[in-house]
Amino acid sequence: MKGLWVLWRRELTLAWSGGGGPLLACGFFLCLTVLVPLAAGGDPAGLRPIAGGIAWLALALSSILSLERLFERDFEDGALDLIALGPLPLEIVVLAKAKAQWLAVGAPLAVTAPVAAITLGLEPLLAPLVVFSALVGALGFALTGALGAALAVGSKRGGLLIAVVVLPLFIPPVVFGAGALERAANGMDPGPALAFLTAYVLFAAVVTPFAGAAAIRNAQG
Amino acid sequence: MISVSALRVSRGERELFRDLSFDLAMGEALALTGANGAGKTTLLRTLAGFVRPDAGTVVFSGEHPAGNPGKGFGDKPGTRETPASGRGAWIHWLGHLDGLKGARRTRDELMFHTRWAGADPDGIAAAVDVLALSPLLDLEVRKLSAGQRRRLAFARLVAAPRPLWLLDEPFAPLDARWRAAIGLLMQAHLDKGGAIIAAVHDPLPVTALGLDIGAGR
Repeated sequence: MKGLWVLWRRELTLAWSGGGGPLLACGFFLCLTVLVPLAAGGDPAGLRPIAGGIAWLALALSSILSLERLFERDFEDGALDLIALGPLPLEIVVLAKAKAQWLAVGAPLAVTAPVAAITLGLEPLLAPLVVFSALVGALGFALTGALGAALAVGSKRGGLLIAVVVLPLFIPPVVFGAGALERAANGMDPGPALAFLTAYVLFAAVVTPFAGAAAIRNAQG
Repeated sequence: MISVSALRVSRGERELFRDLSFDLAMGEALALTGANGAGKTTLLRTLAGFVRPDAGTVVFSGEHPAGNPGKGFGDKPGTRETPASGRGAWIHWLGHLDGLKGARRTRDELMFHTRWAGADPDGIAAAVDVLALSPLLDLEVRKLSAGQRRRLAFARLVAAPRPLWLLDEPFAPLDARWRAAIGLLMQAHLDKGGAIIAAVHDPLPVTALGLDIGAGR
């Protein structure tokens, strides 16, 4: 348990200090959501139905930005070898790093999300739902993102590879998250979509530690 | 301490060594020599559990270093191969790469690596003292020289006692004074019942057995 705290503190300070920090992700997120109306033409009414969807798409893309930092840097400078010889099994390390990624990048993005969604024309009353669903979704992004980052460890151009591996895995949370917002906007119960979103996160929480740790061991060999 | 039998390791198509066997007891050091590319680093990585051997076993034995065997360890020491995930409590790894983040302060990196290795505050203070790190603590790691970085990397070996040190050319960046000082630290580690396996080109500064793993290519 003490080891977990030691690792966590390092991961959070690294996320805040190094390049690709949370502010960068939030800035990227806002830029994306500003670009969409400009690209789609000046009709705000036309954007209103897809405001939630655009916010979720931007959330998914922004979540990819700092994934390369997660394992690749530690692999390159040898820290991953030392982390593997620490008190926690690699599976827990992967989970802890994913959770730190969520806290450092996902949570700030989730707080930024309603600003963007409402600017695009989403009903302001839905802001709490946006934050909540984005928090859950960002945890899913962090988990599957960590899996993609682990799979790309040691490969050249890992950053691009991560994006290609991870984006298809981001389809379900984008569908369910945007679906929840759409249902709520139309006066329906967003519960089922949120339940699917949560199921995705739980599934990722089970698969990512084992698959991610196996990928890292393979890269270290 | 560590017993290696009939180890065969290959990288890709190329077999680095076969039927490699040796035993190392408490208090013994082993100097691993061989030409560039012969497989010294790979052998060390195999012992550390990073590289999976094609055949053969690596068994750690003796009193359990942590006193309280955690999950993943052999039921009784020495009765079966220690899985890679359980080797952390047995070994300290010091490779070419020191795992230090250049953008972080020396103090932060020191605290993380020593505490992650399981050191207590007394151990960390002792390591800072022995390795004369206190003037460096507020500098960013990237401002340290190669030798200073190596001293920082050695801190976790001193701060958190683990029985077996696996060192890959530990002396390369150090000057004469610090080679001697690290030699004393190694001798102290051996005197406490620890063991050392080091890949070196020059003789170790402590009494050591020798193992030459060949000519490379």
